[in-house]
Amino acid sequence: MASESLGMEAGAEKSDGLVFHPMDQFIVKPFFGEGAVGTFTFTNSSFWMVMTVLAATALLVLGTSGRSVIPSRIQSIAELCYGFIRKMVEDVAGKDALPYFPYIMTLFVFIIFANFLGLLPGAFTPTSHIAVTAILAMAVFLTVTVMGFVKNGAGFLGLFWVSSAPLPLRPVLALIEVISYFVRPVSHSIRLAGNMMAGHAVIKVFAAFAPMILLSTGLGLLVTPLSILAITAVYALEVLVAFIQAYVFTILTCVYLKDALHPHH
Amino acid sequence: MATEATQTGHVSPVSLEEAGVCVDSHGGAIGMPQLCGEWMGNQIFWLLLTLVVLYFVLSRVALPRIEAILAERQGTITNDLAAAEDLKVKAEEAEQAYQKALADARAEAQAIVAEAKAEIQADLDAATAKADAQIAAKAAEGEKKIAEIRETALDNVKAVAKDTAKEIVAAMGGKADARTVTAAINARMKG
Amino acid sequence: MEGDIVQMGAYIGAGLACMGMGGAAVGVGNVAGNYLAGALRNPSAAAGQTATLFIGIAFAEALGIFSFLVALLLMFAV
Repeated sequence: MASESLGMEAGAEKSDGLVFHPMDQFIVKPFFGEGAVGTFTFTNSSFWMVMTVLAATALLVLGTSGRSVIPSRIQSIAELCYGFIRKMVEDVAGKDALPYFPYIMTLFVFIIFANFLGLLPGAFTPTSHIAVTAILAMAVFLTVTVMGFVKNGAGFLGLFWVSSAPLPLRPVLALIEVISYFVRPVSHSIRLAGNMMAGHAVIKVFAAFAPMILLSTGLGLLVTPLSILAITAVYALEVLVAFIQAYVFTILTCVYLKDALHPHH
Repeated sequence: MATEATQTGHVSPVSLEEAGVCVDSHGGAIGMPQLCGEWMGNQIFWLLLTLVVLYFVLSRVALPRIEAILAERQGTITNDLAAAEDLKVKAEEAEQAYQKALADARAEAQAIVAEAKAEIQADLDAATAKADAQIAAKAAEGEKKIAEIRETALDNVKAVAKDTAKEIVAAMGGKADARTVTAAINARMKG
Repeated sequence: MEGDIVQMGAYIGAGLACMGMGGAAVGVGNVAGNYLAGALRNPSAAAGQTATLFIGIAFAEALGIFSFLVALLLMFAV
């Protein structure tokens, strides 16, 4: 076991033990050829982001090109997606948040397609990188904060002043509210990236156990089927998580948006 | 195996990352690839690019189109419902007309039946009256005859009584005055 | 030699950090269990609260993810 855990540290040594590289799948590298990764290099991450946009376009634009009153299957999926997010925005953030619906829809569609495409074997998951999710979360945070001040002026600060609490408690609560407000983008981004990374890394760890049968037949007969079963189970969980995390990211965006539009508790 | 790490010497991934190296000589990751600063700029650039493209695709093409489709479907459904409502009203009107016709026909039939009944009654009454009149006439005639017969019979009884009384008186040896006998008989007959 | 001790400490720390995931598991189970209990008492109100359920699960789960992240950082980044 010690050799296995060290194999991880020692890199891609051609060893005869099990080889664990759970984090190698997150390496960003140029999509064409070799070389350093500059700001404008087309990398595997860029490739899957572009694929995400293409897949979303295929579903929402090509899928609805029939414009039929009785929808085809793909068109009803697109309509379902539209109705799902629109209802969420209306229910959670209120009717006056509808102008921001395309923005929220963009976030949802991007995240869910990136998550699902990342589940394809050999694919790269852009949303497993904190740099990506941090930008998504910061965009939401900045939009909500700026909009809160533009719409409500100084009244937006009422969000932190819990007027229903007893007066002596209010400064303490205000401090907690301010901290929790600034923690929002952190948890918002790390939740998504962490979930994606965790699932993929766990699958990779189980996958590393699978070739055990090549090393020792006795132990392998027990470990290899178990690890393959575990990969399947974790993969199924990841499909669920891919949807739930996109949903949670979107609904939290709606909750923050509601705070900006109606800051008074 | 455990000696490998000491052979190469443990190099903290952080120091490598600070030097701008995130991948070791074999292509494996050093530390977490998520924390590699070298790749962040690239990801952020492409993320912003793809997000902006996706935003414009959605807000300019996809969402208005889906909204139009949904609105059109809503319109179609509303129209169909209105048409169905119209047809329902029409069907109800037709049913009412049918019921009215049925009621009219029934009333007419009853009128015809009543008329026929009245006619028959009238005929019957007339016939009855005629028969009554005939019967009355015949009854009157019969009574008259009975009265005549009774009168004649009375006269006959008087004549027989007169004769008998005259004979009886004669047989007794008396001399019967005709006038006296008649008076006596009349007195008796009255009494 | 010094590096080995640092590595050992990092691995022990990573293992300790994984205990936080158990807390997240308890939290998520608590949220889902209470939701189910409430939903069985009043099924008509359950459908309207699924969003709250997911938000609650997401908050509880995020803390587990944080501990997982700490473990990963200790394993790979220290």
